[in-house]
This record gives sequence, structure tokens and C-alpha cells, in this order.
Amino acid sequence: MNTPISSAPKISVDSVTKIFPLGGEDFVALDNVSLDIIDNEFVTVVGPSGCGKSTMMNILAGLDEPTRGRAIVDGKDVSGPGPERGVIFQQYALFPWLTVRKNVEFGLKTAGVARAECRERAEYFIRLVGLEQFADALPKMLSGGMKQRCAIARAYAVNPSILLMDEPFGALDALTRVRLQEQLLETWSAEKRTVMFITHDVDEAVFLANRVVIMAARPGRIYDIVNVDLTYPRTEAMRLSPEFSALRNRVWHAVYHQEPGRKVEGTPS
Amino acid sequence: MTVMTAISREEREKPKTARRKQSGSNARMLAINAMSIVGGLGIWWMLSLSGFNLPAPPAVVESAARLIGNGTLQSDIVASLTRVFSGFLLGTALAIPVGFLMGWYPTARGLIEPWVQFFRTVPPLAIIPLAIVLMGIGDTPKIFVIFLAAFLSCVIAAFQGVVNVDPTLINAARVLGAKDGRIFIRVVIPASTPFILVGMRVGLGSAWATLVAAELIAAQQGLGYRMQFAQIYYDLPTIFVGLITIGVLGLLMDRVLLLMEKKLTGWQERR
Repeated sequence: MNTPISSAPKISVDSVTKIFPLGGEDFVALDNVSLDIIDNEFVTVVGPSGCGKSTMMNILAGLDEPTRGRAIVDGKDVSGPGPERGVIFQQYALFPWLTVRKNVEFGLKTAGVARAECRERAEYFIRLVGLEQFADALPKMLSGGMKQRCAIARAYAVNPSILLMDEPFGALDALTRVRLQEQLLETWSAEKRTVMFITHDVDEAVFLANRVVIMAARPGRIYDIVNVDLTYPRTEAMRLSPEFSALRNRVWHAVYHQEPGRKVEGTPS
Repeated sequence: MTVMTAISREEREKPKTARRKQSGSNARMLAINAMSIVGGLGIWWMLSLSGFNLPAPPAVVESAARLIGNGTLQSDIVASLTRVFSGFLLGTALAIPVGFLMGWYPTARGLIEPWVQFFRTVPPLAIIPLAIVLMGIGDTPKIFVIFLAAFLSCVIAAFQGVVNVDPTLINAARVLGAKDGRIFIRVVIPASTPFILVGMRVGLGSAWATLVAAELIAAQQGLGYRMQFAQIYYDLPTIFVGLITIGVLGLLMDRVLLLMEKKLTGWQERR
């Protein structure tokens, strides 16, 4: 694997516990979870519902706060959302009253980028996700896959160094999903970022990642970490290879046949 | 479809068809509407001929021509519309910020909502006696009552609009770096526009209804007053002219708002 051992991780989840009070009882969404992600790494997080994967992402995005522990990005504690951390939501979250172009420009205008540069940058990322024909279309004219590509362009446009993706392809049909996985890797290869990608799809987790983090529920914790030593670009042949299927079997087993109580530390190997 | 071939990256991901072919069924619908109107007028005419105590259409047209000829109808319309628009504009202008305030700040909601809910259960017309005692018999009490009617229907809509903004959209704006002020202007306001426009339509409807009733009670001019005056002299054609004018004007105002709604909220996904 070509991941250099870096002294300072890009993202560091440090002994994070998150407890939601739930009708008098405490629900432990994350129980003392630690995970380090290095620069430009593509990490997927997979696990059963209630394992805290979305909670962990929300904490990193600054949309939620840990009960205990710290979330550190670029050596600084996360306090609130910031444009250096792009977030892509499962429900696309496009502004329905804005065209594709205006959606992509939203973050740039918020940052006070000059109009001409706004246009240019938006144009570049719209082309990168292949939506140039639909730049002036409203979201209601787009299919689910196109909406998510627009959301990816919008997140990329503000030039974040980190992309946090919360089951972005979860609502799409299986065929569209495979296409978008390939396109996402294409986009990521052209514009490298540190990615944390949450999914409930084992195939997707293995196909995209440098590292697959498998989580367990009750309490939410990291159950296992599987390094994916396949090279990029990932091809269809790779997806059908015995190596891929061996990795998928490992991840599958870790997701669907969890031993109670098991837990690992999430530092890169 | 040239756009389709352009997405070479995936053929099976098709954009949604923008709108269904409607022009044919639209024309048919209009024809049916026209038939219904002509038929209704025919029935009215037949009823008036067959001994019901109704003025026949020609008598009403004649009366309308007379009222237009001496300028009465025009000045009545101007008087009524002036009242309705002053009250309606004041009402919505206040309702939108108050509704936003209630939706955005729980404290404001707690302070304002009991009063809004209370006055909503009191029909605006029931306020007229009080308004007349406090404000005299001029235009002020009428405009005030209309203002109240428009305000109460619109404030709830604006409030609902803010409360119903999809939290994911607010989060999406936050992670793109937007702070509260920008989120409010760029996300909350556009997202609640559909609600506000529905509130404005309801508000205009109740403002119009309230106006005519207010003029029936105390006025020297206006469509409601004209009908009240005609009632004393058993002048049925004039009452009909008044009713038809009120209906047509109400319909026109509603259509204008509907058009605005279509223009401003065309981005919505219809299910």
C-alpha cells in the first residue's frame, strides 16, 4: 500500500463518546471511538443501523458535538461546520429553487468569491461531474443520480480538503449506484481529497476504499478495519476478481456476523 | 431530444420529462368551462321568465350600463378596492415578518401565538362594532378589520413556512459556510415562499369577504354600500350588478396571486 505513515493525521477522532438521552434511558451512539484518517485517504465506514456511523460524520462535519472526546481536523478541534469540510447528504439537499449552476455557486458566493471566478469554478466542477448540459436546469428536472452529482460538484466547488459523504448513493437503484461509484473515483482521482464515505453496502465499501472501517452497534464502536490493497483506478475487472471477493467476504463477515464486545482502535496500519 | 444524447456518461439515467402534454386538455377544459357559464346564465334567464322573483339578464345589463354611465360603479369599485388593498397590504406586510419571527425564535412564538390563535377564532366581522366605536365610521375601521383578516390568515402561513423548512437544507447551507443571516435570506425565505403565497391567497379571500360585509354595515360608498342602498328600494338589478362585480373582482385578484404563485414557486416538485 502506498499510504505513507504521516505523523499528523488529517482527521482524528479521539476517544469520542456520544450519548443521546432517549426517554430517560441513555442511547450510546458512539462508545469511546478513535479513528485516524491520513491525507487523501479514502475511508469507507460500514455497519448496521444504530452503529453511530452517521453520528460520527455529523460530529466531524460540526453539525453535532461529542459528549466526550475530541474531533480534530488538521490539528484543530472541530467547532461548527466549515467550508474546508464538504458534506454530501443522502437526500441530496439541493436548493430546489436554484438551478444546478446556482446550487454549485452557493458556497462560493457565501465565501464572497468574485462573480467571474464563481462562474468559472462552478463551470469546471459541473463539467467534472458531467452535468454541463443541465447547468441551467432546476433540480426537479434531474434524476436522483444527477442530483447527487450536482451535490458532489457543489461540495467540491468550495475546495474542501475533506469530503464527508453520508450514504450518498443509498437512495439510488443498483445500476446507477455502480456508475456513480466509478464516476466518484474518477472525480476523486482528478481532484484528490480526504474522503470519509458512509454506506450500508459492503460491495460499495470495498470498491471505493483504501480502508474499510466496520462498525458495530449497542454501543456504537469500531469493530474491525480492513485494508483494501487494490490499486486505483478500480476497474470492473477488479470488482469481479477473486481478490475483491476475498475482501468482500471478510467485510461481509465482519458486518453480518459480529461477535459481541469486540472492538479495535482506528489508527492506520 | 438532443439533451438525451448529450449525456454519454450514462444512457439509462434520464432527466425527468418536464411537463406532460397539456395544451389539448387545456383547450377542452376551457370549452367545458365556457359551456358551464353559458348554461348557468341560461338557467338564470329561464328562472326569471318562469315567474321567480329574479331580474332577467337584460335588466341587469341595463342597470350595469346605467351605473357605469353615471360613474357610480367605477367609484364604488375604486372605493372598495382601495380599502381592500390598503388593509391587505398592511396585513401581509406585517404578517410576513411576524410569522418569520415566530418560526425562527421560540420565544417570539410563545409571546405571539396565543394572541394570534385567540383572534383567529373571532370572526373579523365581530370586531366591527368595536372598531366603529373606537375609530369612527370613516374608512379606518373598515381597513382595520380587513387588515386583521389578512394578517391572521397570512401570519400562520408564514410561520408554518419557516417551521417546515427542511432541516437538511439548512445543514447543507451551514456546511457550505453560511451563517444565520445568510441562511435566513437564502434558504428560509425562498423555502417558505409557497406557504406564504397560499396564506396570501387565503388572506385576500377573507379580506374581500370582510370588506363587503363591513360596507354593508356602515359606508357612504363602495360595492357593499351600493347593494345595501339598493335593498331599501327593492332594486334587484343593482344588487345583481354588485354581486357579479364582487365575484369577478375576487376571481381576478385570486388569479393574479395564482399566477404569482406559479412564477415564484415553479421550482417545487409536484407529486
